[in-house]
Amino acid sequence: MPRGHHDVGGLPGAGPIDQSQHELSDWEILADAINQALGAKGVKRTDEMRRAREEMDSAAYRDMSYYERWIASIEAILIEKKILDKQQIDRKLAEFDTKWGRP
Amino acid sequence: MSDDHGHEHPKHELSYYAKRIYAIRDLLLEKGVITEKDIQCQVEYQEARSPANGAKLVSRAWVDPAFKRRFIADPKAACAEMGIDATAINEFVVLENTEKVRHMVVCTLCSCYPRPILGRPPDWYKSFNYRQRAVADPRGVMREFGLELPDDVEVRVHDSTADIRYIVLPLRPRGTEGWSEMDLAKLVTRDSMIGVMDPLPAIPD
Amino acid sequence: MGPAVNEPTGKFKAGDRVKVKFEDRPGHLRTPWYIRGKTGRIERVYGDFLNPESLAFGRDGLPKRTLYSVAFRHPDIFGKSPHAGDKVLVDIYDHWLEPML
Repeated sequence: MPRGHHDVGGLPGAGPIDQSQHELSDWEILADAINQALGAKGVKRTDEMRRAREEMDSAAYRDMSYYERWIASIEAILIEKKILDKQQIDRKLAEFDTKWGRP
Repeated sequence: MSDDHGHEHPKHELSYYAKRIYAIRDLLLEKGVITEKDIQCQVEYQEARSPANGAKLVSRAWVDPAFKRRFIADPKAACAEMGIDATAINEFVVLENTEKVRHMVVCTLCSCYPRPILGRPPDWYKSFNYRQRAVADPRGVMREFGLELPDDVEVRVHDSTADIRYIVLPLRPRGTEGWSEMDLAKLVTRDSMIGVMDPLPAIPD
Repeated sequence: MGPAVNEPTGKFKAGDRVKVKFEDRPGHLRTPWYIRGKTGRIERVYGDFLNPESLAFGRDGLPKRTLYSVAFRHPDIFGKSPHAGDKVLVDIYDHWLEPML
């Protein structure tokens, strides 16, 4: 097995540390809270979420933002546990497009 | 979190994943997996946690040597003494800086951080550049944060790969004899409790 | 430093020299690549914890594994350095470590 894309300690090529801080968007606060709530209810464990992020597509792992990775892993684990399925989520998104309008 | 809450982006402009978490939320609520209250509780729990908790603990440790010993020996109990709820941390270790030793904390594999005490980690702590460089070049990282250490100081970088959560007990700045806990706490930055810098210096006269 | 959180069942005690196994099997592994195959010293015995490699797949995490803080000399991992006394400490589970005499 090659080195995991998450296993970055000591990898060369890192640049200066960007010390700027972005204020969390509502969707990020929501992702954080849902993640914690699912953990508190015993629906999933943090270890499962980490594993889901390790199993992601490597390019996506580097390109996505921190909370986008959380959302992707929340979705992956909920689908794996058959609590939700992808079609339900897609249908709900289509409802949103109707309700909110397309970009 | 209601849909009528003011957002910075109109909902239809949200990115793919941002929209998806709203969809997931609605489905989880519909199916009764979690409730609105569960979500709100977590939002409030997180909002109540910030570096101010850590600053309280550190400034108390600076003025009270017996508390400092208790803080190092049993950090969760010391938190409880100060009314700080650290129960969500599985195991909690305090790393004491000295004139000869500086500790620094990273999670190279993800972003483990003592959230129940300090709140959410800063963006930079979660960045690939920090996760890559902290173990390989800790002094270079500290330099970027304004800390240049002499050669006779040992740097110890802790990679929190398991359930242990670390907080650095920074060195009390010189020239703060007789200061109140409240004033001392103002010198204790979040970044000094991660270990990339020392606390702020005492304001010179 | 305080005592271990419970009665540890693992092989090592503080001060022991250990080598990190070089394994690259599939699964959720919490031993970072940069220390695999490297030699360090047990800094502290934390006690027994549920195994994340099992928990990550919805299993029960048993048997518990002893967790250690293992200290590595910075140059032993990253090569020659002007700060040879600097250390990297990593939290590693018992089954990843073998004794070094």
